[in-house]
Amino acid sequence: MNDAHASHGGAHDVAHAAAHDSHEPHITLDGYLIGFGLSVILTAVPFYLVMSGVLESKTATAFAITILAVVQIVVHMVYFLHLDAKSEAGWNLMALIFTAVILIIALTGSLWIMYHLKVNMMPMNMSHLP
Amino acid sequence: MFENHAALLKFIFGRLTLDAFPIHEPILVGTFIVVATGGALVLGALTYFRLWGYLWSEWFTSIDHKRIGVMYMVLGVIMLLRGFADAAMMRAQQAFAFNGSEGFLPAHHYDQVFTAHGVIMIFFVAMPMIVGLINIVVPLQIGARDVSFPFLNNFSFWMTAAGGIIVMISLFVGVFARTGWLAYPPLSEYAYSPDVGVDYYIWGLQVAGLGTLLSGVNFVCTIVKLRAPGMTIMKMPIFTWTALCTNILIVAAFPVLTAVLALLTLDRYVGTDFFTNDFGGNPMMYVNLIWIWGHPEVYILILPAFGVFSEVTATFCGKRLFGYTSMVYATVVITILSYLVWLHHFFTMGSGASVNSFFGITTMIISIPTGAKMFNWLFTMYRGRIRYELPMLWTIAFMITFVIGGMTGVLLAVPPADFELHNSLFLIAHFHNVIIGGVLFGMFAGINYWFPKAFGFKLDPFWGKLSFWFWVIGFYLAFMPLYVLGLMGVTRRLRVFDIPSLHIWFIIAAFGALLIAAGIGCFLVQIGVSVLKRKELADTTGDPWNSRTLEWSTSSPPPAYNFAFTPIVYSMDAWWDMKERGYHRPLAGFKPIAMPKNTPTGIILGALSIAFSFGMIWYIWWLAALGFVGALAVGIAHTFNYNREYDLSADAIAGAEDERTRLLTAQA
Amino acid sequence: MTTLAETNDTLVATPLAGTRGGVAALQSAAQTPFYVLDEHPHPAGYSTQLGFWIYIMSDCLLFSVLFAAYGVLGGSYAAGPAPKDLFDLNIVALNTTMLLLSSITYGFAMLSMQSNSVGRTQIWLAVTAFFGLCFIGIELHEFYGMIREGATPQRSAFLSSFFTLVGTHGLHVTTGLVWMVTLMVQVGQRGLIEANRRRLLCLSMFWHFLDVVWIGVFTFVYLMGMLR
Repeated sequence: MNDAHASHGGAHDVAHAAAHDSHEPHITLDGYLIGFGLSVILTAVPFYLVMSGVLESKTATAFAITILAVVQIVVHMVYFLHLDAKSEAGWNLMALIFTAVILIIALTGSLWIMYHLKVNMMPMNMSHLP
Repeated sequence: MFENHAALLKFIFGRLTLDAFPIHEPILVGTFIVVATGGALVLGALTYFRLWGYLWSEWFTSIDHKRIGVMYMVLGVIMLLRGFADAAMMRAQQAFAFNGSEGFLPAHHYDQVFTAHGVIMIFFVAMPMIVGLINIVVPLQIGARDVSFPFLNNFSFWMTAAGGIIVMISLFVGVFARTGWLAYPPLSEYAYSPDVGVDYYIWGLQVAGLGTLLSGVNFVCTIVKLRAPGMTIMKMPIFTWTALCTNILIVAAFPVLTAVLALLTLDRYVGTDFFTNDFGGNPMMYVNLIWIWGHPEVYILILPAFGVFSEVTATFCGKRLFGYTSMVYATVVITILSYLVWLHHFFTMGSGASVNSFFGITTMIISIPTGAKMFNWLFTMYRGRIRYELPMLWTIAFMITFVIGGMTGVLLAVPPADFELHNSLFLIAHFHNVIIGGVLFGMFAGINYWFPKAFGFKLDPFWGKLSFWFWVIGFYLAFMPLYVLGLMGVTRRLRVFDIPSLHIWFIIAAFGALLIAAGIGCFLVQIGVSVLKRKELADTTGDPWNSRTLEWSTSSPPPAYNFAFTPIVYSMDAWWDMKERGYHRPLAGFKPIAMPKNTPTGIILGALSIAFSFGMIWYIWWLAALGFVGALAVGIAHTFNYNREYDLSADAIAGAEDERTRLLTAQA
Repeated sequence: MTTLAETNDTLVATPLAGTRGGVAALQSAAQTPFYVLDEHPHPAGYSTQLGFWIYIMSDCLLFSVLFAAYGVLGGSYAAGPAPKDLFDLNIVALNTTMLLLSSITYGFAMLSMQSNSVGRTQIWLAVTAFFGLCFIGIELHEFYGMIREGATPQRSAFLSSFFTLVGTHGLHVTTGLVWMVTLMVQVGQRGLIEANRRRLLCLSMFWHFLDVVWIGVFTFVYLMGMLR
């Protein structure tokens, strides 16, 4: 690596201060511990819900663990991946939102299409036959 | 260790036997002789003129985005010849195979030809040309010195080339897929295609797809991070905008292709049941998944072409582009909507009315921003001082042709109509109408427009115009008859016909293909003639067309460092703005510029990928293992090299810039 | 994004006269200069983080296809075993614990890197790799048990999509382990130089991203599977 590039001086520091900050996000022990604590809870609860079966209804359990998973993903994004609206001038977050949109389209679209195909083309629901 | 001779042979060669070489097929033997002779001549010439060292150090290992771009374009043109040869064979076969004649292509060969044609034209002609053009133009247009990851760029190119080579090997060793260009299961499953054809298809696309994906990451980053100061997002040239959207689509779509091909690979190699007919598999899931990639792919191809037409129209009409903002929004809207229409490729699958009507409506909606773009170009031309140079001619041909293709597309977007026209020649005519009329015309416009920037001399207009007219007339003659045939109910991929009344249309189409062949020939002659007349056609100004964007502010061809001083941008047409305000080139005060060093790692990894794929295709497991471990080792070893840049001295830059000053003064 | 306001600071109008003869009047448009004369190039690795993030996003979409395949085919047992017959949530919980622990220990490695301690960084990387290895070991053990019972990837579309989704995640973890070892060597050779810090940061993103994928896997494959 070239030393001339690694070192910055004078007015340049001002101009690139923002860029430089985003290069190494400031990491704190507290942040990691909070994230870890939250994710332990958010992992333990769904396992408990399913293994003990406290919620009578399976739909309610499925709904609850889905919500918990989404919350845990957000926790990981914030505390472990250090994502915020400012990193890379917002491009990181924008990329994530775009990806999430495409992901949801691809997932729900596939499920929707294939479900309808099954209903239309296999009216006897043969998959449930022994 | 090996009980007998046969087991040893099987270990060494897998399922590769002498039968794999098509010595009994006169067409292939003839092709082989032509390719081998031509190849030997080229290789001989390179050796005779001692060009190997030059090619290796200046091109193959180069990580200069302009050179990589040129290599992409060369790859695209070479593969165009192969892809067109396939097309010509199909047209000839269909024109001959009437009145009891079987034509000249046996079924198993014909099926390979139409598969190879589609695969090659999309993956190894259109994609390399698009990526090549983006490579040459985008860094210059945003005032950058190179891309974000120069080595990755070289690696991406070699992966694309390696994919092309894998597909080309299938011509002479074994067979290619006989499944159609998307290799739908269950036909592409091991049970129905046990030979190597589909495996060549899978590995060729996987290797090339990885290259394309990495190149996409590279360019998104380049455009986001390396723009010249002042070039805010709404001051980016339109070609850069379309390149950004295309690369975002690449990054978001190619992983889908990788994954779905990997699932098919598992089905074929491991025996899983994703797309099989039994054990709960569902072939339609493949169709669904591959079109989640496939439809964005269409826009990956067309968006940069739209960008080219925007630049060309503004330049050759001498006007600022009409409706820049609406053009940008149209591009962005298309980017997102392109993910919401994929089912229109398989309306007939049977998902029912609700699903079909949703995707039919989204498909019609996506044509709106495209229509808006068309009006923008028209209004740019309106009251402009239009110069009918070659790029502008291609643009006008595009506007007429693409509107026709777009309208037949909207017809196909209506599900009930699609039930009639699905997989008919009407569909074939439609997508050739948009891909040739859009992408290919765009590439020719782009080549004619930016050639002087890349090489320092213009392309010969006479042969260019000849090529243009042959192409355009040939296109209409070749594809309009297919609309008629499609409406008569002729389906795609047929080899022989029984109905004499159809014959005339196929003859017209074949004649059209002949004209297109002349168009390609004239294009090659155009390049040859231009090289010979390069003194006469030289561009010493760096701005031969009186253009508007930054790439024209530097010399032609640009120096390795692109810009001695980074320009500052105040306007969407940055270079035009500089010219208007009477810019001055700084003639002194140059500073050393850090440049990336050349590296052979990319080409080595490409070669190892070919070895790995060849091993996988022929079940030569030791070769596959060697290729894989080798590639991993070379890749890791590359990360131990921390010394990847060198400083181009201020004196060297001063020398290059003084030379340019001399040329510019001589001009004035 | 560099806006014009920012860069104006860097546009020091260097007097050029004297260095070479015949200098044009560059300051004619002092308010709107044409070129950046006193340029400071982007630092090395200026784009790396964004680039790696974009790569991760694309990897995310690769997993989305595998999840979609599981979502569509996950109920096609072909009269073979169903999740209830195969999954042992105790093992999955243990595995999840391994991955979570490896996350926090990677965090400690990053904190050590921040305080410029080569030794501690390497130790925490080694601990992370150990947990990663445990994860892979447990997963392979689980797979082995299933295959021994006849629940092979070839048995049904459900099992094909299960093995592929979970296995692809495992392959990613393995790649991460190879990368981690490479980085431990490189940090040992050259210390925590700028380039190595950048690489550690990228691997950190990759490692935590695999966590996120695993959240999807244990929720939608294992837990939902037991609910079916």
